[in-house]
Amino acid sequence: MTTSLAPATMREAFLRATADAIDTDDRTVLVLADISAGADPVPDLARRHPGHVVNVGIREQLMLGVAGGLALTGLRPVVHSYAPFLVERPYESLKLDLGHQDVGAVLVSIGASYDQPGIGRTHEAPEDVAVVDTLPGWTIHVPGHPEEAYRLVHGSICGTDRVYVRLSSEANAAPHHGDGLQTIREGSRDDVVVAVGPTLDRVLAADRFRGATVLYTSTVRPFDADGLRAAVGPVPTVTMVEPYLEGTSARVIAEALSDRPHRTVMIGHPREESHRYGEHELTL
Amino acid sequence: MTTVRPPTDPAELHRLMSLMTGDEKHSAAATSTLDVLQVLYDRVLHVDPAHPDDPVRDRFLLSKGHGPMAYYAVLAAHGFLDEAELATWAGPGSRLGLHPDRVLVPGVEIGSGSLGHGLPLAVGTALGLRLRNLTTPRVFVLVGDAELDEGSNHEAIAYAGRSGMATLTAVVVDNASATHRGELAELFLVEGWRAITVDGRDQDVLETALTAAHDDRPLAVIAVVEEKE
Repeated sequence: MTTSLAPATMREAFLRATADAIDTDDRTVLVLADISAGADPVPDLARRHPGHVVNVGIREQLMLGVAGGLALTGLRPVVHSYAPFLVERPYESLKLDLGHQDVGAVLVSIGASYDQPGIGRTHEAPEDVAVVDTLPGWTIHVPGHPEEAYRLVHGSICGTDRVYVRLSSEANAAPHHGDGLQTIREGSRDDVVVAVGPTLDRVLAADRFRGATVLYTSTVRPFDADGLRAAVGPVPTVTMVEPYLEGTSARVIAEALSDRPHRTVMIGHPREESHRYGEHELTL
Repeated sequence: MTTVRPPTDPAELHRLMSLMTGDEKHSAAATSTLDVLQVLYDRVLHVDPAHPDDPVRDRFLLSKGHGPMAYYAVLAAHGFLDEAELATWAGPGSRLGLHPDRVLVPGVEIGSGSLGHGLPLAVGTALGLRLRNLTTPRVFVLVGDAELDEGSNHEAIAYAGRSGMATLTAVVVDNASATHRGELAELFLVEGWRAITVDGRDQDVLETALTAAHDDRPLAVIAVVEEKE
């Protein structure tokens, strides 16, 4: 049941993509721990498809264990909460209830690094991508626009593997669909910037990158190493701009460019316990 | 699907365990789960070693994965494993580790070892079977009494009880090893389960408890065995 009106936020896009999946595929189950349980269209969806929306209450370990059990019976769980409660609090359940059991699920978080600047550390997860990246076999999507979020969530549900989709209330003005690294602006092959998800518009507007080639991706794992190698010269400077912990992708960039001398610049949120309410802008 | 299999002989199970441990006589700790496992596989579970992935099989999840020799012995006695493989137990390259791995061992439903994961996985499995309209399979999960200290179990007990998960049975093998121990049956009863406390060495009583009717709610069977030395 696709509605014509475009979703205004990534969270809306995710819920709509999940509802569309459940409407057409009886394998899909949305697993919640209260967060978004009352958001449109979830209550209607739960009425329309009894059992396909499971709200376990504020029990995040159980939420992941239930997802693992559902997957063991051949179903496709979509699991959702704020990033700290989805991948940090139940981290061992990602490792054991999904990975070690060799089953898949689609985890979709909201809150990102600092989406709600007044709410403070408890709901902020600049570390989330780094945390998930320690586990084998995970695909990680960081959409930069609600339409990308719809496509990535819906596409992930159609698969069987382990996927983390990191939604944000920050977004670019326009979507950029496509797999792997996409060239958004041709410039120097010696000065190449990789913008992840919602950072793209700020990268394009930044003076320091005026002459640079700008690449974009909404999929950070697996990282498109071939795409990066094809885009850069023999001795490049590669700047990675990520809307989460700085240096999260240092490893994959180093691996991608191990065949040539290169310089890397890692831009992201600093590793700090800030004890500060308010905006945390990326410094470009 | 095999429903009733020839009963296994306790002496035979001890012989199979000796292939792993080398001991002729096994300590109570090594065998705390043995009678429960024997009753489940001899008399209760609808599982078939010829079709270990049959969608309509009962599911048995060993959550307390530490010390799985009794489990491997029962699986071998029932034809899920070749007894020759038991001698490789815990050796390099063996499929039979100190904690069981579902990816490696036929008939093993979950990889376990870290406490507190089996009951949440069992809840998800019971929900999944219901959604797939597989109404006959039951889901059994074996936990230890100390394992119930883990908070994830309490999340699962509360949710399963309140949602009337009638196909789920938790077997708590109680060898009094929990620290800050409470009343085990009460833990389940207050959340809306049925709970029965039985002698974990009396196989007829275990069978009666494990097959007790619980049409509207999950069942906990507290199987009391000797205290851990």
